[in-house]
Amino acid sequence: MFKYFPHTDADLQTMFRKVGIKSLDDLYAEVPEQIRFRGEYQLPEEMSEIEVRQLFDKLGAQNKPLTCFAGAGVYDHYTPSAIPQLLSRSEFLTSYTPYQAEISQGTLHYIFEYQSMMTELTGMDISNASMYDGTTATAEAVMMAVAAGKKQNKVLVSETVDPKTLAVVKTYAHFHGIEIEMVPAKDGVTDLSTLNSQLSADVAGVLVQQPNFYGIVEDYAGFADACHNQKSLFIMNSVAADLAILKTPCEWGADIAVGDGQSLGIPMQWGGPYVGYMCCTEKLIRKMPGRIVGMTQDNRGLRAFVLTLQAREQHIRRQKATSNICSNQSLMALWATVYMSLMGKQGLKEAAELSYAGAHYLCDELLKTGKFSLVYNHPFFNEFVVRYSGDVDALQKRLTDNGIFGGIKLDAEKLMFAVTEKRTKEEIDNLVKLAAL
Amino acid sequence: MNNRLYGNLIFELSQEGRSGYSLPKNQFGSYEVPASMRRKEDAALPECDEMTVVRHYTNLSANNFGVDNGFYPLGSCTMKYNPKINEEVAALPQFAGLHPLQPAETVQGAEEVCRQLCQSLCELTGLYAFTLKPFAGAHGELTGLMVIRKYHESRGDEARRLVIVPDSAHGTNPASAAVCGLDIVEVKSLSDGTVDVEALKELLAQHGSEIAAMMMTNPNTLGLFEKQIPEIEKLVHAAGGLMYYDGANLNPMLGAARPGDMGFDVMHINLHKTFSTPHGGGGPGAGPVGVRKGLEPFFPEVSPYHGNFTVAMRALAYIRSLGRENIKLVGPLATLNANYIKESLKDVYELPIDGLCKHEFVFDGLKDKSTGVTTMDVAKRLLDYGYHAPTIYFPLLFHESLMIEPTENESKETIDGFICVMRKIAGEAKTNPDEVKSAPHLTPIGRVDDVLAAKHPVVTYKQMVNDNN
Repeated sequence: MFKYFPHTDADLQTMFRKVGIKSLDDLYAEVPEQIRFRGEYQLPEEMSEIEVRQLFDKLGAQNKPLTCFAGAGVYDHYTPSAIPQLLSRSEFLTSYTPYQAEISQGTLHYIFEYQSMMTELTGMDISNASMYDGTTATAEAVMMAVAAGKKQNKVLVSETVDPKTLAVVKTYAHFHGIEIEMVPAKDGVTDLSTLNSQLSADVAGVLVQQPNFYGIVEDYAGFADACHNQKSLFIMNSVAADLAILKTPCEWGADIAVGDGQSLGIPMQWGGPYVGYMCCTEKLIRKMPGRIVGMTQDNRGLRAFVLTLQAREQHIRRQKATSNICSNQSLMALWATVYMSLMGKQGLKEAAELSYAGAHYLCDELLKTGKFSLVYNHPFFNEFVVRYSGDVDALQKRLTDNGIFGGIKLDAEKLMFAVTEKRTKEEIDNLVKLAAL
Repeated sequence: MNNRLYGNLIFELSQEGRSGYSLPKNQFGSYEVPASMRRKEDAALPECDEMTVVRHYTNLSANNFGVDNGFYPLGSCTMKYNPKINEEVAALPQFAGLHPLQPAETVQGAEEVCRQLCQSLCELTGLYAFTLKPFAGAHGELTGLMVIRKYHESRGDEARRLVIVPDSAHGTNPASAAVCGLDIVEVKSLSDGTVDVEALKELLAQHGSEIAAMMMTNPNTLGLFEKQIPEIEKLVHAAGGLMYYDGANLNPMLGAARPGDMGFDVMHINLHKTFSTPHGGGGPGAGPVGVRKGLEPFFPEVSPYHGNFTVAMRALAYIRSLGRENIKLVGPLATLNANYIKESLKDVYELPIDGLCKHEFVFDGLKDKSTGVTTMDVAKRLLDYGYHAPTIYFPLLFHESLMIEPTENESKETIDGFICVMRKIAGEAKTNPDEVKSAPHLTPIGRVDDVLAAKHPVVTYKQMVNDNN
């Protein structure tokens, strides 16, 4: 038998007798013959472990990992060596959702730590146990705002929100019957005066991004008050790691803070898995989608953790649930938790400061070549948009040929670069040298 | 696994001035983040040295029970073995280091992984096209329902807002429908646990022009094959609805029958069930959605890139390892294991619906109800004997549901050991019921107070500290 099937011939015969069948085929006696699969799957023959390795090595050789100067929501941050090794512990990796609290304290415990750390980063009161990714977490926040409101069915979204997040939000909104209206941007930032004119009694929430899609750190002073005056919730999407330095969603007066936790040391791995986070004010806890872990006691008086407030969830409330989500992104939440434990209070700040410094150095050096100019006159964090006087496609090709992912092309003239703590001065100087040609 | 709780929180191990990281020195000169951008106070994250962190999470892991620890007969979850080679390939730096927006010519291998996986899934399900975008089973369900709504919208048939689900359906089905702006109507089951076709006919007669789709798992949540599926499919299609296959129970169908051949138009697959990717304590999974030809233009944008890509890599490694012959044995061996357990225990546990099951089956608690020992007690007592509990109190059709799913990877010895313990617990229920009712006794913690947790929610360390002060 194949290595994942332990059944010997003798086992099969004994089991057949117990079940009262003569062959494996008899197990499907009730399946109508017209829909029985009697053919051959058009798949390759079984591969040995050596061959599986070769297959993926060959496929891997067709990829070309590049020195990454791009972001747009996904950043090439440093991963401490201890993280993947700890996550490979099969007690974490191969367990199910922690429904049986007595033998799942490992999972419940780290989720409690994760929730605690995310509330520290965002400044908010409450965090859930994590969501799929930043885009779906944002869509869930939009639905949550509508569910929390009374008969309000419109959500305003700033034009400076990442278009990929917007696309997912629009998908959910369309099917959920939510009206999305864009708040125009002026010179790369959300226009408060226009927002004020758009706010009305039917607006359930306002969604902004900080730093915004262009890397700009916007001034959101006055936004929360404007929203709250109309009983609208203020939703802020942020890159998790940036919050170690930046003014928090709480300080801006947000009711819901969401975003992607990929920046917390999770590899880019071509788009996933990442981890979405969602935090909110205490007032909104019962409107929050997803799992939440809470503290309690066991019958021996020990401090213990357990999935709680499940009355919000789909397996209890069915169609009246706050969301259809029934998992979190547990292992990736653990990734982020171990990252925040190792980097700690100082390390996250230091990585953010290095990213800031590297990005501003790159920007200055690009401007010095005379071929680039800054598109927006606003402070940025670790990502910025420049106009290139030459052919953007030719430049990007030259960089790719030299093993560099040279930013995200926004249009025929504009490029967006990002820098993290992983980028060395040598790499940046090399990029600038190639860009100056 | 620990028999004593390791109970520290990382915050409780923190000491000011310790650090567990090293970063390069700033080589860029004096670029300072301006004060106007900065938060007022630092985030109160832990400060620990590296070894303290490593010991903490290593010890925490030992409070957990995974498939690698022992038998995990959790019904409807398909806790199969998660092969180690899958983990190895998923971590290859040639994939892990790819930014999702890199130029196409630099990610040909990654694209080929997706192509090969989609092709294999089409072949195994009899459908035409797959999208890998959905992140999980529930996300796949939502995506599939969106496809169905878009299909009806494209035909100007927008009144179709009702989804039929069997009364045995999982709670996610109605929740996904609600998120998608659809309403649910339940169809009754017969006493044999399968869909009542006559009741379905009545529903269709009453609501025909409003029916968007019928959602089914097959086998259903009782582990029973819906043998009327050819007729059901004809009825729903004749009424203008589409058929949605919830892939939660796909495992027993490998090598036996394909959803496409059963007449389903749209389905999702839980790669973390049927295709061996790890559950990870509740994610990340993946929920690719497949459709019949002509529906692929309706795939919605439910995520920005390629879903949980490294989960897809693991699933492809699994399919390639098994190959076309071995994969045909997955369903039959899982089904054999389930039937063997059922036949070995049905004299002491109440089997409400007799006959062949597929990969799982449901007992309605102990046969002898006089002891007062409940399904909860049996589940907790199993933990003492080193087994994960079955799924309990689901499906909702019975009061004492105990749902057992062994998977094809379990050996006869393992299963015999489980049967032996289940019989032993049935005996204890008679001779020493208090021992069972107060179980577990040998786990790191005892039964937890759910009410306390919900009544006064403490969900962060800060709240815990404030509470103590």
